[in-house]
Amino acid sequence: MSARIRLTVNGHPVEVPAGASVAVAVAHVTLRFRRSVSDTPRAPLCGMGVCFECRVQVDGVAHVRACMTPASEGMQVVTDA
Amino acid sequence: MTVAAATFDLIVIGAGIVGAACADAASAEGMRVAMIEPGPIGGGATAAAMGHLVAMDDDPAELALARYSLRLWESFADLKEAEFSRCGTLWVARNDHELAAASQRIARLAAAGIDARPLDAAALYEREPALVPGLAGGMLVPREAVVYPPRVAQNLVQRAQSRGARLYARRAQALQRHGVRLDDDTLLSGPVLVATGCALPALLPALPMRARKGHLVITDRYPGFIRHQLLELGYADSAHGDADSSVAFNVQPRPTGQILIGSSREFSANDADVSPAMVQRMLERSFAFVPGLRNLQALRVWTGFRPTTPDGRPYLGAVPGALDQWVAAGHEGLGVTTALGSAKLMVDLIQGREPAIDPAPYAPSRMAA
Amino acid sequence: MRDHYDVLVIGAGPAGLAAAQTAASHGARVGLLDAQPRPGGQVWRHDVQHPLPRDARNAVDDLHGVDWLARHSVVATESSSLRVETPQGSRLLSYGALVIATGARELLLPFPGWTLPGVTGAGGLQALAKQGWPVAGRRVVIAGSGPLLLAAADTLRKHGAQVVGIYEQANAGNVRSFAAQLRHWPARAWQAAGLRLRLAGIPYRFGSFVRKAHGDDCVQRVDIDTPHGVQTVACDLLAVGYGLVPNTELAALLGCALDHSDIHPRVQVDALLRTSVANVYAAGESCGIAGLAVARIEGALAGHRAAGHVDAARALLAPRDRERRFGALLARHFALDSRLHKLADDLTLVCRCEDVRMGELTGFTDARAAKLATRCGMGACQGRICGTALAELGRFPRSGSRPPIFPARLATLAGLSPLSSDDAQRGS
Repeated sequence: MSARIRLTVNGHPVEVPAGASVAVAVAHVTLRFRRSVSDTPRAPLCGMGVCFECRVQVDGVAHVRACMTPASEGMQVVTDA
Repeated sequence: MTVAAATFDLIVIGAGIVGAACADAASAEGMRVAMIEPGPIGGGATAAAMGHLVAMDDDPAELALARYSLRLWESFADLKEAEFSRCGTLWVARNDHELAAASQRIARLAAAGIDARPLDAAALYEREPALVPGLAGGMLVPREAVVYPPRVAQNLVQRAQSRGARLYARRAQALQRHGVRLDDDTLLSGPVLVATGCALPALLPALPMRARKGHLVITDRYPGFIRHQLLELGYADSAHGDADSSVAFNVQPRPTGQILIGSSREFSANDADVSPAMVQRMLERSFAFVPGLRNLQALRVWTGFRPTTPDGRPYLGAVPGALDQWVAAGHEGLGVTTALGSAKLMVDLIQGREPAIDPAPYAPSRMAA
Repeated sequence: MRDHYDVLVIGAGPAGLAAAQTAASHGARVGLLDAQPRPGGQVWRHDVQHPLPRDARNAVDDLHGVDWLARHSVVATESSSLRVETPQGSRLLSYGALVIATGARELLLPFPGWTLPGVTGAGGLQALAKQGWPVAGRRVVIAGSGPLLLAAADTLRKHGAQVVGIYEQANAGNVRSFAAQLRHWPARAWQAAGLRLRLAGIPYRFGSFVRKAHGDDCVQRVDIDTPHGVQTVACDLLAVGYGLVPNTELAALLGCALDHSDIHPRVQVDALLRTSVANVYAAGESCGIAGLAVARIEGALAGHRAAGHVDAARALLAPRDRERRFGALLARHFALDSRLHKLADDLTLVCRCEDVRMGELTGFTDARAAKLATRCGMGACQGRICGTALAELGRFPRSGSRPPIFPARLATLAGLSPLSSDDAQRGS
């Protein structure tokens, strides 16, 4: 088994395999990645950095594309939904 | 072969915010109005503008026009499409010298009936914690607001249309003795009001006009990051100076939570391309005042051109030496602020009434003198 | 920080990898950059659970003599150089020759319910699964068009998903005729046979498309229009993609001419892959959708050409032309049914960034006027999703490309590094 990475999503501890994206870590906790401008829940659509539906806050930085960001040890991820 | 020309009481050429406001004001008086606009409504400088409703006090004439217009803007405060947001303007002083100069500006604004207050450093940071430490204070103009100019222009055009005004999605090819010829050879007959901004010389070459390029950057949504339209007190030096290129700290919170970042001015740049060097200069200026901007995500950068007359004041009045030709153009960076007042003034002049403010400082004939 | 490369390759999919390796083999100083953390692009995307196929692994691992620039995202162009954002900050990379290998993205079309969490692209869910997305035991409906649906199904099945069905909008006759033509490309025919074997038992329906997705907080069931009427299928995930469109934003920003003969533009190149701009070449899907084999050949071709070895490039022309014909075959047999243009009703969100409904766009005939009035296309994806969809639906073409071609930190646009958290604290 490959190495595991521990991080938190909305305060919940999550473990994902090394190389997994932040999107994957979030999906273990919630499918509500962000609230759209008219207040509907959104989750990844394209999976490859194009649609910006998977934006979350990573270590205090807002609007980070979860699908483009590798999960790393101790990361704190917050969704907006 | 001659086709009988359609006849109007006023033919407004150009549906930027100034032309749209003129068409709206004229139609509101029952005039039969035609509007000529080949592009999207409010698609030129109006679309590129920040939409900050602001009184600049360094020229008494501009201040009078701004004050007049700002009152008229109040009727848009509840219009959804206007996205009117009364964030106030906060002018930032870097040092005591600038703070002292602000008190003179407060007095001038007060004399014009505009509420403006000094802020000490503590009050400044209480209102805008994201500002860089070490600033001396500032000046708050609490009633000022921001709007979304292209939709206001669209709304004004729709209002005019609802009163019977006709919109021709054509280019005005040439002014005629008593009207205008469009690029499909349609002839429209009646008094003409040219409100084509930077494109003015194409129809009225005798009135000098330069295009002054600007850049703007807009970010993703960061609600509450800043709360007021923020400017440096040195802004007027950039805006009204004659330097070939300049930048100033001028940052706006959009009602969406997005941050709109300006501003740059360039006289000799004629292409609409984004200039990386200007964007860098402008952003560095904004980072010097709000360091946290550095980490925000920029979504778009665009450019626009401010129609600029030699003395910085707009042309509002009769075209010198012509019959039934009027002009409302050349508002530089204040076209959105002063559009509504400019339109009222124009309609008063066209109808032969005395305007609410003295029109002499804006008379196009000053260029002939 | 300014760095110079003889050959700079943008995009580390099959085309970019081949271009970089080929140019490096001639002794050129080569940089290969991609916004993703690993090379491979989409088709050879790193999978956290399963190793890549051998030829992919070889290509991805063989970066000898190439500077691999991970998580480098091009945001703007400056004279003969690119402004690039990295997690550490901003870089200006200059080049002697540039190879655009920006690949393609999925064509995603609006339909009622498509904004529900759990609704993804077909390639989208495949990419997410490879990132480790929890699909094991989930019921997945795959729909849309083209061979990518089968590849997605294969990946998802491998990751333990329960693929409920694959719904192809092209009719059975077209798909059969496509399959019959595959004999001209034996490697592809072999691949397809393998796929069919692995996907045995999964319903593969033709002339069928998703009409609507239902669910409260996430997708729970979908209405599928089939030749035999509307079926409702329960699922946990819906993966729907209508094929691919070339990524041309960087080429456009560089001033390269685009070929607009199809609905979605592609980079215009000469026979040896030179764009209309000197020293800028393009290879693979950005020049038109034709699949993996073309991407590999064109990548090598562009690598030779960019390194100044025109004869070596010319030697690849015949196989390239032969593989390009596969692209035409794809386009012909998987042409979209016009009923797909009518899926979105007036209340369907078309711009997902700014939540603009289809009905708000009534009467607009160009993207800019629509944007100024409704905010459609003003959001973070910069119109990549809605603008492409609206072009496909015959509304209006997407408006032009402006910097930044992807959202970027303001610091990057200013040529600076981001603030560290210490700086940020001092500044607030």
